[in-house]
Amino acid sequence: MGHDLVGQPVPRKEGRDKVTGRARYVDDLAFPGMIYGATVRSTCARGLLRGVHFEGALPWKEFAVVTAKDIPGENTVALIVHDQPWLVDQQINHAEEPVVLLAHPDKYLLEEARRAVRLEVEPQPAVFTIEDSLARKEIVWGEDNIFKAYDLEKGNVDDAWARADFVVEGEYRTGAQEQLYIEPNGMIAVANPKDGVTVWGSLQCPYYVHKALVALFDLPPEKVRVIQTETGGGFGGKEEYPSIIAGHAALLAWKSGKPVKMIYDRAEDMAATTKRHPSRTRLRTAVSHEGKLLAVEIDFTIDGGAYTTLSPVVLSRGTIHAPGPYNCPNVRVRSRAVATNAPPHGAFRGFGAPQSVFALERHLDEVARAAGLPPDELRRRNFIQPGQTTATGQVIHEKVDMNLLLDRAFELSGYHEKMKRFAQQDPGLTRRKGIGFATFMHGAGFTGSGEQYLASVAEVEATARGRVRVHAASTEIGQGTNTIFSQIVADALGLEYDRVDVIRPDTADVPNSGPTVASRTCMIVGKLVESAALGLKQTLIGSGLLKEKYTPADWERACRDYIAKRGPLKARAQYQPPPDIHWDDANFRGDAYGTYAWAAYVAEVTVDTVTYETQVDDFVAVQEVGKVIHPVLAAGQIEGGVAQAVGYALYEKVVWQEGRMINNQMTNYIMPTAADVPRIRVHFEEWGYPYGPAGAKGIGELPMDGTAPAIVNAIENATGVSIHEIPVTPEVLMEALERRQETTRA
Amino acid sequence: MRSFLPGYELRAPANLQAALELLAREPGAWKLLAGGTDVMVLFEAGKLPHRKFLSIWKLPELRGIEVSPAHVTLGALTTYTEIQAHPVLQKEFPLLCRAAAETGGIATQNRGTLAGNIANASPAADSPPALLIYDAELELISAGGSRWVPYHSFHTGYKQMLLRPDELIRRIRLPRRKDAWRQYYRKVGTRKAQAISKVCFAGAALVAGDEIRDVRIALGSVAPIVLRCTQTEAALKNRRLSAATLEAAREVLAREIAPIDDMRSSAAYRMRVAQNLLAEFIAQIGNGGRSHR
Amino acid sequence: MPESASKVDLSFVVNGEKRRVQAYPMARLLDVIREELKLTGTKEGCGEGECGACTVLLDGAIVNSCLVPALQADGCEIRTIEGIARGDQLHAVQEAFIACGGAQCGICTPGMVMAAVNLLERNAHPAEADIRTGLAGNLCRCTGYMKIFDAVVKAGQAKGVKA
Repeated sequence: MGHDLVGQPVPRKEGRDKVTGRARYVDDLAFPGMIYGATVRSTCARGLLRGVHFEGALPWKEFAVVTAKDIPGENTVALIVHDQPWLVDQQINHAEEPVVLLAHPDKYLLEEARRAVRLEVEPQPAVFTIEDSLARKEIVWGEDNIFKAYDLEKGNVDDAWARADFVVEGEYRTGAQEQLYIEPNGMIAVANPKDGVTVWGSLQCPYYVHKALVALFDLPPEKVRVIQTETGGGFGGKEEYPSIIAGHAALLAWKSGKPVKMIYDRAEDMAATTKRHPSRTRLRTAVSHEGKLLAVEIDFTIDGGAYTTLSPVVLSRGTIHAPGPYNCPNVRVRSRAVATNAPPHGAFRGFGAPQSVFALERHLDEVARAAGLPPDELRRRNFIQPGQTTATGQVIHEKVDMNLLLDRAFELSGYHEKMKRFAQQDPGLTRRKGIGFATFMHGAGFTGSGEQYLASVAEVEATARGRVRVHAASTEIGQGTNTIFSQIVADALGLEYDRVDVIRPDTADVPNSGPTVASRTCMIVGKLVESAALGLKQTLIGSGLLKEKYTPADWERACRDYIAKRGPLKARAQYQPPPDIHWDDANFRGDAYGTYAWAAYVAEVTVDTVTYETQVDDFVAVQEVGKVIHPVLAAGQIEGGVAQAVGYALYEKVVWQEGRMINNQMTNYIMPTAADVPRIRVHFEEWGYPYGPAGAKGIGELPMDGTAPAIVNAIENATGVSIHEIPVTPEVLMEALERRQETTRA
Repeated sequence: MRSFLPGYELRAPANLQAALELLAREPGAWKLLAGGTDVMVLFEAGKLPHRKFLSIWKLPELRGIEVSPAHVTLGALTTYTEIQAHPVLQKEFPLLCRAAAETGGIATQNRGTLAGNIANASPAADSPPALLIYDAELELISAGGSRWVPYHSFHTGYKQMLLRPDELIRRIRLPRRKDAWRQYYRKVGTRKAQAISKVCFAGAALVAGDEIRDVRIALGSVAPIVLRCTQTEAALKNRRLSAATLEAAREVLAREIAPIDDMRSSAAYRMRVAQNLLAEFIAQIGNGGRSHR
Repeated sequence: MPESASKVDLSFVVNGEKRRVQAYPMARLLDVIREELKLTGTKEGCGEGECGACTVLLDGAIVNSCLVPALQADGCEIRTIEGIARGDQLHAVQEAFIACGGAQCGICTPGMVMAAVNLLERNAHPAEADIRTGLAGNLCRCTGYMKIFDAVVKAGQAKGVKA
């Protein structure tokens, strides 16, 4: 097996379709007799639904109308905890909760109708902040507003404080962030009792949708089919919410007997669908005068919104990543996901890690200052080394050299020289330069025993003409699934890239290779397709139709002969955990991830003290992600993640009013444009990982973790003020600078 | 698309006369639609209360830029792209070109019009601060005739203006006399492009030695209308460029503007940044700077 | 809601071909292109002229087709993403987007390609600052724009960029 294609920038599989406009996204499809669906949502953040009134001079008889009463199966969206209704029956728990579904052939009339449905609601007091939820101002979920809590312990934190030369404390906050994929969510459904339910749509996880629809309609699994259409970005935002839209469209199709298209417009998508969990992290760190971390105590809380959704797993990743890539003998992380009356927060690239990593990487700059050390020196004295253990007790066996990554990042960015130069800046300058960095890691694949539970399967098939097809539920959402799977399979078989096709995920046609999340598609599923391809080859060799060494023509002949004699030529592979990986769910200890990606990021900024605006001038991203399967796609993942995190750090603020996002327009929710992003310079180290395909690890989420703290550390370097929250909007920076001025005066 | 499309009428009169006659026949019934960059956004959001529109986009009478010795006169439908491309505007009215370049992206600049920006009457509009600096005048035309009004008196309150229901803006005239003035424009909008301003500052000053002989200051997003700050101007006019002058002017400015909290920013931020921009403006005219910050 | 408008006959030259449709005068050009002309390469990302996914060339100038009432396009020449390649021969910008990794999820790509084609028609060798300005009206959430800048530079260097 050679590596002719892995590592090469082959053209993106579906690239031609995408640049010519031929790629078909869900809104580009139209079925005969198709009608349009819309959702009527709650009018307040918490209350009791007392009545639904269909008003206005509208031909209501022409409309398909669905309420909770029409649900054939269970009225909860099947995910982790069954607490979120498909449609409100009585209790309203957030301001964007679906109550009534409408469908009509005329989409303009449909909008009139949506406005003409009046909900009679008895409002109840609601909870909107982490503090109010923790204080149980109202109990809005379960008995105590707590979806999930973890307690992670290593060593003895309590005894460490007395030995410390310095103890540093701080509280850090991160805001909600909208994924803002440019294609809004949408689904088309065909559903009837005879044929069952089929949906087409923009989604990351076909089998999540499948599971939810099976329970919604109480149908046997084979009567439900989920087909992914070309998907215009996901970032986690199309991990779970598509289930709801699919269910709603299917309910309307079931009721009307017609295909139903349900496309969210941007305003609805931003307001109603999931966003990144807001967080609050309290850190207390004991450090010796040599700069050794003696103890770290972390209290990490995320706002889960109104229902459980994915909060427990977001919390677990955030918890495990909270202590960072450092060796500390005594660590305690107490974490919880709390309920509020916001629309549920959900998956978003990084999945809890960006929140806790922001807190730690900001905090360590303050710890360094307290210890009288430069921020890099403090970190260098504590970087985790092979043989040492993480907070969950995982012994690091793989190669890791954080010093090397940091050296490389400093060299590429000119960090030390700039540090010196910026320190000489004229204090009167209104445009102030600063530089900062963050060092961090990101666990690849599902947390803990997640991959074992999933037990993912992928299949590779050959046709009689010798073409090779990859069957997996892993979706192409822009990150390059189709391309890297083709490279991996072609290399495994010693065949040409163009000979491999990746089948569009359709649950009728692909095995469950798990969800497209958690930076797992390349490392976990890529390994499965590689194994399946090798299995296919073995089948042919074993059958005597193919020799160990073969040409493409030999391959074609062997495929043709095999299929003629024995029928379909397929091979499957199922996930096997790497040896010596153990995770104890009950005690939250053990090998949290099979491997980690490691990184050091440096940001250079200019802060304008006239307008309090921050511009990122240069960005260096150095990371180790194992073997880089495709250098252009990999760099694109990092650059895109960094840009998204520049938004997270500086611009992207969800403005809430009574539990509702009120700036739910692209005009008022500010993501970076081409004019705002810095040059992003990406460098990879490739130490490899024996259990990934060709040595690859996960990559997609990593850049989201360390970018924001690097930027905010740079802002401190430029201004001297240490800001503990993101986004650092100009308003936040102004207040911080003014506070400092007052303190200086006092 | 949240509006009931069949409920919206749009007509395109063949010429200006026909448009004016329609406006005269049913005053208030018809609203004007030029490049659509504001109207269509409301339409999409289902927030367009008015139902009947006249498309004036293709009326040749409302296009073109004319240059005479005393004035540059811009047709109502002059786009942001046309403004930026015009050599005389580039040379003599740099603040207007800056404003045009910082309004939306290229696609918006191709469609957005100067009169549309005025008549939309947003307090956050980008070009009005520049127009106030340049003492712009507007020609308002109706079937009954036309009149010129100074732009600084055109907006009378939030979304209120001197335009009668049977009138439209025909032209915008800029006197060519700011050549010797030192000019400054800065739009503050969180990101570099495609932003709605949180504060927009335009200023120009005629400086002799270290004395401010004359000055114009206008700000967007700090009051119900884009505001010409005449009191702040008075605090600067015929004063020496000095820290004391600046301090006095900053205080006057703070009283003259009335920024608010909204989803885009806070009153405190707008106030402080407006004052900072005034300081930056004064510092730059002191340094002999022209239009660039 | 009373129906007050009626559909009107409109004609355009679309990608070099004369086309006639009936549409409400206030219909968004975007919807006419996608639903009447069945050219679904033009995308809707926001409906408020902010994201640029619906970018088309209207009489040679890029516009956000979500903000153009169909009536105003009557008699105009419209060029969409479907009209950029010559048969199987991709435009230099399209080739460069593939080669440089300028398209990831692809939803902004048609609009981005239109803006890039137009930019290069105005300025064959743009500096990075020009590219940033020229594409600032087209939002991309996947790429961080770097690979798009690379693609525009590469296309500018390629021969035959003149469309």
